[in-house]
This record gives sequence, C-alpha cells and structure tokens, in this order.
Amino acid sequence: MEQLYQEIILDHHKWPHHAGLREPYDVEVQHVNPTCGDEITLRVALTGRGVDATVVDVSYDALGCSVSQASTSVMTDLVIDTPLVRALGVLAEFTAMMTSRGTVTGDEDVLGDGIAFAGFAKYPSRVKCALLGWMAFKDAVAQAASGSPEPDNSGSDSPETSVQTGSARTERGTA
Amino acid sequence: MTGVVEGLLRGVVDDLAQSGPAAAVHDLELDIPAIRADFPILERTVRGGKPLVYLDSGATSQRPVPVIDAEQEYVTTHNSAVHRGAHQLAEEATDAYESARHRIATFVGVGDPNELIFTKNATEGINLVAYSLGNATFDGSASRFRLGPGDEVLVTEMEHHANLIPWQELCRRTGATLRWIPVTDDFRLDLAQLDSLIAERTKVVSFTHQSNVLGTVNPVRQLVDAAHAVGALVVLDACQSVPHAPVDLTALGVDFAAFSGHKMLGPSGIGCLYGRHDLLAQMPPFLTGGSMIEQVFIDHATYAAPPARFEAGVPMTSQAVGLGAAVDYLSQLGMDAVAAWERRLVDLALRELTAIDGVRIIGPGDTTARGGAVSFVVDGIHAHDVGQILDDRGIAVRVGHHCAWPLHRRLGVAATVRASFAVYNTPDEIHELADGVRAAQQFFGTG
Repeated sequence: MEQLYQEIILDHHKWPHHAGLREPYDVEVQHVNPTCGDEITLRVALTGRGVDATVVDVSYDALGCSVSQASTSVMTDLVIDTPLVRALGVLAEFTAMMTSRGTVTGDEDVLGDGIAFAGFAKYPSRVKCALLGWMAFKDAVAQAASGSPEPDNSGSDSPETSVQTGSARTERGTA
Repeated sequence: MTGVVEGLLRGVVDDLAQSGPAAAVHDLELDIPAIRADFPILERTVRGGKPLVYLDSGATSQRPVPVIDAEQEYVTTHNSAVHRGAHQLAEEATDAYESARHRIATFVGVGDPNELIFTKNATEGINLVAYSLGNATFDGSASRFRLGPGDEVLVTEMEHHANLIPWQELCRRTGATLRWIPVTDDFRLDLAQLDSLIAERTKVVSFTHQSNVLGTVNPVRQLVDAAHAVGALVVLDACQSVPHAPVDLTALGVDFAAFSGHKMLGPSGIGCLYGRHDLLAQMPPFLTGGSMIEQVFIDHATYAAPPARFEAGVPMTSQAVGLGAAVDYLSQLGMDAVAAWERRLVDLALRELTAIDGVRIIGPGDTTARGGAVSFVVDGIHAHDVGQILDDRGIAVRVGHHCAWPLHRRLGVAATVRASFAVYNTPDEIHELADGVRAAQQFFGTG
C-alpha cells in the first residue's frame, strides 16, 4: 500500500495546492465521476491566444477521494504559469500513463509529482479518480480556446474514463 | 444437489417454530463450511495470494455448483429455442424453462406461474411496468393504467436508480408528477405525511422492500393498504429482500414486484417481474416481436395472454434454468435459516463496526426491520480509499453511492462503503472487515 499511496499523494491530499475558487477566470466547468458521485468545479484563466496562450490560473472546489484530490493538486502545480501547449502535453502524458493499465511508466521530466500516480493505472476504478481534475481542465481549456461551451467533448479521446461533463457552462469572469 | 445440502440444517426449522426467530438465532446452525464448499469462487485468492473475502453480494452474489451444473446440463443436453419447434429438444427446453418459472413463482409465494414474467433483470422488470403504463396512456387502455397531468407517481428518497429513473421518465413523457416519501434522520421512511402523499391523484406507488444502501426494511403492508385505498398500483423492488429472507408476494398484496437472479445465487441476465394476472391481462406490451403475439396481419397484430405478451423474442433459457436451480438450493437451505444466519452476520457487523472510533453506520443501528446491507463512512477517509485498503487485503466491498445518489445527497454523504452478505459469509470475514477498516485508519493517520 505504501508503494501505491506514495507520500507525495498523501501530502497533496492533506494539503492540496491551489484549492478554492478564484477570480478572474475565463471558463468554469463542473465534472462528476458518475460511479462514485465525486465532483469538481474547476476554473481556468488564460492569457494570450492560440500557440501563445498561457495558463494563468487553475482554481477548483472538489469533493472526492485522496487520489482525485491529490491528482488535481499535482496538476495545478504542473500547469499554472505554463504555456498552454506545454500544459496540454503534460495532460496527454498523464492521460497516457493512467490509461495504460501500467504499461506506460510516464516521463518524470514531464510529469514531476504526477509520476506518483502510476501505480493506480493498474486499478481501472481508480483511473477515473486520478483523471477527474485533469479531464475538467481539458474541457475548460477547450472551451476557453474555442470561446464557447463544448458540452460533448469531455473525455472524448479517453475511453478509459467515464468522467462526464455535468452541465458544463461558460462564464466570463468580470472581476 | 440433494446430497450437497442434505444435513446442513440441524433442527433449525423446529427451533424456529418453537422459539421464534430471536431465540432461534442461537440454535441455528447451518453448516457454513459445507455451504462454502458449494461455491468454487470462494476458494480463489486475490491481490497476491490473499483469500477472497467476498462482501459484495448486494451487488451480485456468487453461484453454487448446482446452479453452474444446471446451466451446463441444459446447454449440453437440451439447448433449443423455447415455445418453438416441433422436435424433442424444443419440448425439453420449453419444459425446463416453464418448470423454472413454476418453481421460482412458488419460491416467492405466487400460485399462478403465469403471473411471473422473465426479464433480463429487475431494472427491465420495472421498466416493463413503466413503459406499459406509458403505452396505455396513449392507446386507450383502461383508465387505471393511464397517466397524465394532475396524476402522480410516488417513490421514496431511498430508491435505487432502477426504481427512480423509469418513473422520472414516465412522468416526463405523460405530464404526471413525481413525488417521493422522504427519509428520516434515523434512516426510515418518513410516513408522517403519508395521507397527503398518497391521495386520489396517486396512480402508482413504487418503493423498495429493503434499501440496498441502508438495509432498512420498509412497511410494505402499510404502504399497500394506503395505495389501494385510493386505487393506486403498487410496484415493489424486491431485489434485496427475495434473496435473503422468505418473501410471499401474494401475502404482501403488491400488484407488481421485480427481482434479479444474479443477486440470489443465480445467473446474470435473468430476472423476474411478478404482476397480478388481472392487471397483466389488461396491460399493453412493452417490447414487441416474436412469441408475444396472438395473430399477426401485415398492418396490425393481436397479443398473447400473459406472461407470453411480455416476453418478446427467444428468451434467456439457460439463465432461467440456472435461476430455477438457485431457488431450489435456497429452498433446501430454508429461507428462514438463511435469514437467521444473515441476521447474525449483520448484528455482528454492526457491533464490530460501531466499536471503531470514527466509523458511522449509514442505516439502522440494530437488526430490527433491517437486512444485510451495511453501509458506513469512516471519518477523514473517502470511501474509495477505504475500499482500496480493503481490496489490498482481499476484501471485496462496494464503494460509492450504490446507484442511490439522491439518498446520499439527502444524508449529506458523498459516498459510502457497503459490506453486504449472503448465506456463505462467516463471522471471521466480519472480523477481517473490521480489521481492514482499522488498518485504513492507521494508514491514513486518522485512527
């Protein structure tokens, strides 16, 4: 169990980074894990457009297990103040690792603390937990980039997850 | 089969008759090791050689050798399409299928096997009723089956999604209104407002016999009487009661009842819907096609009498035969004995779990009007994390909202851990569960 729940996961669970909802933001999404009822409300704020876009902030309010909480916390460390293109690369790497059933170990140079979740890739029911925040982020930046809600795009290239958009809505922060 | 369970009971029935269930618990001795030997899967190990501790029978139960053998015997010697064909195999298959229907009907107190419809599971059974009523609404059927604006369907706040969403959909399609009986803080139905909840406008009252989360056993007769007083139809979700205690659907007085084979030591892909014959005979079909017809013309058809009217297409036959074997197995153990043994397990689980600081039972705290789903939360540890620690020790439980999301919302818990039992479980497995919960607390630093 200690190998599975590495100290880094337990630490992020107890002391999540960047938690709480903040303004300003470009898009807010709500995602749920329908198998267990866990949920997350996540906001992203971007600057710049297209390949020049940068993730300025990711804030969230989440209800869930240690894996989903810690994974979201780790994600915010990896993507905040990061060019969007690079953030999407991290997301792709993390998703590939988590949906590999343990065959992809993940690149620590890309994933940093995210590498700690590799063990959970062998537990299909926990893959959804680990990806909850990441899929919300993916959905939010897709909406922000397109400037409109895309209610059907969540997890579309990630059949291993059943994370779904729950009444995703777009709001332009005014603060 | 006869040899397998022969002698498993030691004077149990007499004890029950003489001293009543409470006293009988002490005298009741099923030969659990012999029963466990009938379930091959219980011998396997999981997660690196740990003995399987299967506490998830509320989701799906395991199958004894006689059930597996019955399916195999059917497939290897009688397999054919039932109610079709003029050959020997077709006759044998039809006999096996109808014999299973007869035995299952008897098992749940139904005298006329034509009142028992085979479905793929209880979910389909409830949908069958809901869709039939929906169809009745638009085809000029008798008014008691039709719903429209102003009519109401009553469910409860503790329903499994399978007994909630079909009614949400029926109301959406017909314009009827969905209402629900609330759940009290002590995990019972709040019947204080029952008089206003069940009124002239109520057309259907559908509720669970035993909650799949709380274990709460609901007062069926009281609800049936209230519903029938206003002419409403009563649908019972019997998924969690029929596998674990003697259930007499006729005595309960319900109009419909649904249960699933895979929760009662039988195969998956088979379930049953009980319906009173006088009602079924007036109801339009749900699924249509072959076997459910009386006469067919190119532009219209007439329909067969129940149960055939509600069994379109070639049915699941080996599964029905397997479920027949499952009720034979349970009958030979004796459902009173099964219920008494499971009550003992539940009592032990409640005592062992409540003795752990930081564990809260989500359901009644003793075995009064309560069955064998024991759900709980552990302070500071999400149910999924508790489940992971238990799984690592070979203990299979369910975590999440158990398809009862509105109930979890009502109780203010995101997810619970659920241990659920069957006749093959043992007190040692309850000890393992409690040890596992303590280990989770230690691991996450909350104990």
